[in-house]
Amino acid sequence: MTNKLIVHDPRGYPPRVTGKRLAPRLTALEGKVVFLVDCLFDNSDLFMDQMQHWFAQHLPTVRIRTIRPRESWYDDPDMRATIGEEGDAAILGVGL
Amino acid sequence: MSLEEQGVPTVAVHTDIFARLVNAVTRANGMPTSRQAYVPQPVVDRSPEQLRAYIYGTDPVSSRPFMQEVIEGLSNPLDEADLEGVSFERNTPRLLEADTGDNLQQHFQANGWTDHLPVILPTEERVARMLEGTSHAPDEVVGKLRPTFFREYWEFTVEKVAVNAVMAGARPEYLPVILALASTGQTSRSSSTNSFAMISLINGPIRKEIGTGDGIGVLGPYNHANATIGRAYNLLSINLQGGSEPGDTYMGSLGNWYNYSSTFAEAEERSPWTPFHVQHGYGPTESTASVFFGGWYTQAGYGPRETWQEKFRHAFAGAEQYLPPIIVMDPICARGFVDLGYDSKEKFIAWCADNARLTAREYWDNQWIQTLMRPQAEAGVEPYASRLRADPDDRISIFEPDQIKIVVAGGETQGAWKMIGGRYQPSWTVSVDAWR
Repeated sequence: MTNKLIVHDPRGYPPRVTGKRLAPRLTALEGKVVFLVDCLFDNSDLFMDQMQHWFAQHLPTVRIRTIRPRESWYDDPDMRATIGEEGDAAILGVGL
Repeated sequence: MSLEEQGVPTVAVHTDIFARLVNAVTRANGMPTSRQAYVPQPVVDRSPEQLRAYIYGTDPVSSRPFMQEVIEGLSNPLDEADLEGVSFERNTPRLLEADTGDNLQQHFQANGWTDHLPVILPTEERVARMLEGTSHAPDEVVGKLRPTFFREYWEFTVEKVAVNAVMAGARPEYLPVILALASTGQTSRSSSTNSFAMISLINGPIRKEIGTGDGIGVLGPYNHANATIGRAYNLLSINLQGGSEPGDTYMGSLGNWYNYSSTFAEAEERSPWTPFHVQHGYGPTESTASVFFGGWYTQAGYGPRETWQEKFRHAFAGAEQYLPPIIVMDPICARGFVDLGYDSKEKFIAWCADNARLTAREYWDNQWIQTLMRPQAEAGVEPYASRLRADPDDRISIFEPDQIKIVVAGGETQGAWKMIGGRYQPSWTVSVDAWR
């Protein structure tokens, strides 16, 4: 008979996951303020410039505003507050 | 996801290589249906025309037009899954189901709980013996770890650290050092695309008590305590933070051999300079563990020879400017610098900081300097603001004196030094004695 061993599980303890709902969507983008959030990765400013051009050509009534967090990686509550008060939607980008 | 929570419909744009990671993060945040859109990797170094082509092109994950994903992500109605998110528990058991040794080795390997080398199986007896190395209760919470700042923290106890110490082949008398390393809250398995590792240093009387190595082969696999403590730090980082799985909890493009084991001790008795832990506020009779974030680049030299200044200038210029160095110096080398008048680490570090220079053009032409430092420079934070104001051809200082660290170690078979990328913060030296 082969000996069986009882061993410890080496993993730590993950937190409980609590479900969160998405924000209500817009029925249409026309006339809305959409923030382009430049997350400060190298070249993401150029990417957002190109997004802005796309909107100007294809959805010109959308009011585009660009915004940047104080630092990359870290949450910027002031920036979020501005978007919440003055914007209708946001597009974040872009990563690596 | 924070914007969604405050009621702003949001689409996040990523490059496709991060799709699996994004799915894992959104699920762990209870919002797995949050809207994402993907462009091809990379964005860095692409021209405006290439970026425009991404925007007019196809999302490589959904195979639908990229901008259709973006627009529909902001405007398509929500369904039930969007309104509820997901909630669930993720308990880990204390013990695994009994099995043969071979099967358990395979199980640990298949689940990503190892460094892909065989481990010592953490039986109840072995873990109990390991726990004799500390006076702390097995169920005492030591701290929390996570692979990167946007992942969730996992919590762990003394017993969980002991389990990983057993797996690494460590002895019970090493456990206080391993607990101290775990208590820093700094993972040795960062998920950064930069393939970082954590280098750890042991100082004080514990070195002699447990037989750490600071002589011949100090940075290699030539000492049981060094090798197994470093391995334990890596294994516990994998398992206590929720994994180090390529594509999910690990994104280092090239990987890093320092991730196997990179712990060493300072040769305090043979050093002409003040030990590292004493420099950082501890007494000489206190025992500490310190961690250095990086291990990304390694350069080497000898000396001090006639051209030592040029050699060090070249090494600093070849360092990654966002990652300050730790210089590990053989005692022969350190004494040579004392003979040249550098009778303290601080004096030599002052020379280093003054001579670690790049042209401003080279300094700013680095994607991580652009990403991490430029926003600070534009906000007026020094020294980055001055570096940004410099003429592109000015040779600007790239490291502040308090960012450069020196540790003396080595076997005195030659006067050698190594310069290793390793960022340090004062809170990253912790007491080992507190975990005895």
